[in-house]
Amino acid sequence: MGKYMARRFIQSVLLFLVFITVTWFLLYALPGDIVTQKFRTNPNIPPEAAETAIRRLGLDRPILEQFWTYVTGFFRGDFGVSFNQYPRPVTDIIAERLPRTIVLFLTAVVTYYWAGFIAGKYLAWRRGKRGEMAITVGGVGLLTVFYPWFALMAIWLFAARLGWLPISKFLDPTEWRNAPYTANEVFMRLFWTVAITSALLFTVQFGASKIRDVGPARATRLGGTVLIIAGFVFYWWGAGGVDIRPFAGDIAEHLVLPVGVLTAVNFAGIMLLTRSSMLETMREDFILTARAKGLPEKAVRDRHAARTALLPVTTSLVLAVATVIDGGIITEFVFSWPGMGEVLISSVTSEDIPLAVAAFSFIGVMALVGHFIVDMLYGVLDPRIRVSGSH
Amino acid sequence: MTDLGSRPPGTELDATDTEAVESQEIAKAESIWQIRWALFRRSFRANWKLFRRNRIGLAGLMIIGLFAVLAIAPTFLFRAGFWETSTYDPVTGLESDPPTAQLEIVQVVEDPNTQIDIRQVLVDGRISGNLGDVVDVTLQPAPPDSKHWLGTDPLGRDILSQLMFGAKAAFGLGILAATVTVLIGTVVGSVAAFYGGRIDALLMRLADLLIMVPGLAILIVISAVIRFQLWHLALVIGILSGFGGVAIVLKSQALAVKVKPFVDAARVAGGSNARLIFAHIIPNVMPLSFLYMMFTVTTAIQSEATLSFIGLLNVDMSWGLMIQLANNQGYLLQGGRYWWMVFPAGLAVTFIAMAFFLVGRAMDEVVNPRLRRR
Repeated sequence: MGKYMARRFIQSVLLFLVFITVTWFLLYALPGDIVTQKFRTNPNIPPEAAETAIRRLGLDRPILEQFWTYVTGFFRGDFGVSFNQYPRPVTDIIAERLPRTIVLFLTAVVTYYWAGFIAGKYLAWRRGKRGEMAITVGGVGLLTVFYPWFALMAIWLFAARLGWLPISKFLDPTEWRNAPYTANEVFMRLFWTVAITSALLFTVQFGASKIRDVGPARATRLGGTVLIIAGFVFYWWGAGGVDIRPFAGDIAEHLVLPVGVLTAVNFAGIMLLTRSSMLETMREDFILTARAKGLPEKAVRDRHAARTALLPVTTSLVLAVATVIDGGIITEFVFSWPGMGEVLISSVTSEDIPLAVAAFSFIGVMALVGHFIVDMLYGVLDPRIRVSGSH
Repeated sequence: MTDLGSRPPGTELDATDTEAVESQEIAKAESIWQIRWALFRRSFRANWKLFRRNRIGLAGLMIIGLFAVLAIAPTFLFRAGFWETSTYDPVTGLESDPPTAQLEIVQVVEDPNTQIDIRQVLVDGRISGNLGDVVDVTLQPAPPDSKHWLGTDPLGRDILSQLMFGAKAAFGLGILAATVTVLIGTVVGSVAAFYGGRIDALLMRLADLLIMVPGLAILIVISAVIRFQLWHLALVIGILSGFGGVAIVLKSQALAVKVKPFVDAARVAGGSNARLIFAHIIPNVMPLSFLYMMFTVTTAIQSEATLSFIGLLNVDMSWGLMIQLANNQGYLLQGGRYWWMVFPAGLAVTFIAMAFFLVGRAMDEVVNPRLRRR
């Protein structure tokens, strides 16, 4: 397993090097010449000022030298200076936006994966019964719905019409006028508490699944979950943040609709996949054996069929990482959610190349890290990979 | 999006009554092309029989047919003179005689903050009159009537005509992208499987990279450098999915074909490598590649709509552009009130993408016997 991990890690790093090289040359070295367009022929900038800016940004150097500066800078965490928000370093912008994207992304992935797997399991079990066709068509409809339009319709329904949730953006500026905290402070606090809570919850679930006896396992699971959630509630309602709470609540409220829409769209893919994976598993002989043994249907479904069917679904997660990131980009654009996707689109439309390259690279890093994690997960789930990987 | 696992090779043929007749035809046939044609017809008939059982797939096929009619219709309508260009052109058309409504000025509504007469601003700022006056207001966007079946947009252009041109663009884009994907995917997959070794490793690592990177992000970044035309987009999508996921799946299929006796027979008979790949391996990988054609069409249409919604595509008229217009001018959040601006384009993208996806799924059941009902 260790060897397999190391090999995959080295592969990922190599892939990443290829990736940033291609990105950089694509954006800087292609015809169209950003520098000329942005500075030299721009009527709003006096020629001397343009030359100074070009020299300061290092854009008059030979291409290979610029590339080298960029690559070495990248690993030191220095991505240059944004063209449009001039003195502001790109690193600063990314550092602010990246956590916001990761929260959106992680929440959506966990929710849709879990919901899709459960729904797919039931759907496969009901094959040929009433409602199957409706659910399948509905699922495919969600999967192929024109996503920006769907998101806007959700905004219309839940925000404009019913008024339950805010329309878009990250927070409500009128409530923050005299706030003693910056948005990022509040957000990071929210981020870490939720992250720690989820990690603890996952550990408890995982630990409980290792206990063989039903009684203690259930007790551990239930007790642990209640304890952790109580801790979370205690932190936010008691000790930690009485005065910070309304602001955290405001951000959380703005998070609901984007996550909901992203989940709804991606959920269907996992559901349909689980269904076909289950259908293949249900033809296996061991399912027949399990039934012949006289096991109740629920046990056959959850213990025997679903666990085997989980494997191909996890593989699909490898492919889905890219799709979800794409979905995240559209979500951020439609909801004006200030994350990496929004940065990417706005920097591309305003030709802010350093920012665009950095945003795209970070989206690539997210994809690579996502793949790496899913691959590791897969290795843990499927012993065959562990064995063949160790040669 | 779909399960890209490896599949058992080939398609299953059901015994049919016509098979005996066809076998005779094949026996009697003289040229190789006659034999191929007869074989093709036979497997097509068997596969169609399997496909037909899937009612959802049939529905998808019907939706595609409907959109195909929509895409062809404007050519016919303009040629036959039912529509004149000045009114019905999707981009430059203008309804010169828009419907009007009579409004009576019953009260002056002032915004308490700005002291501006809200009613006047709403009705385009041209009204001046006293209380009790009745004024004519032109309605634009106008609701559907006998002349414009789906109404007009705020610029007085016909929505139905825009929808039809959008269908044309979507079909062109989807078909081009899918063809490029299949061409590249089959060749790359077959070459990788046939030669193995370094070539295989190189091509497959490239495929890994392409699968991993979010496609929309790539398209957005490329559009920073190039002014995207529709066919650029089709090519890029075709290349991305052709070198990426499709190549991987087709390679595993080609590996199964490569070890079949007829390939060895062809090699012994003196066939060159190119001939082995193009005449023996690729034709046997093709059926599976049609499946991925369907999914590529879905992706291509969605990407086009999304990019033109963001405003990064250099295109005259498309469904994404219609939604962008409706959104930018605030009609989308009015919901049902301006439904003809909101629903036709959004539903068109959804339905056509869904139709191709459903057909793909139904074909999946034909190609992959393990998915069929026992």
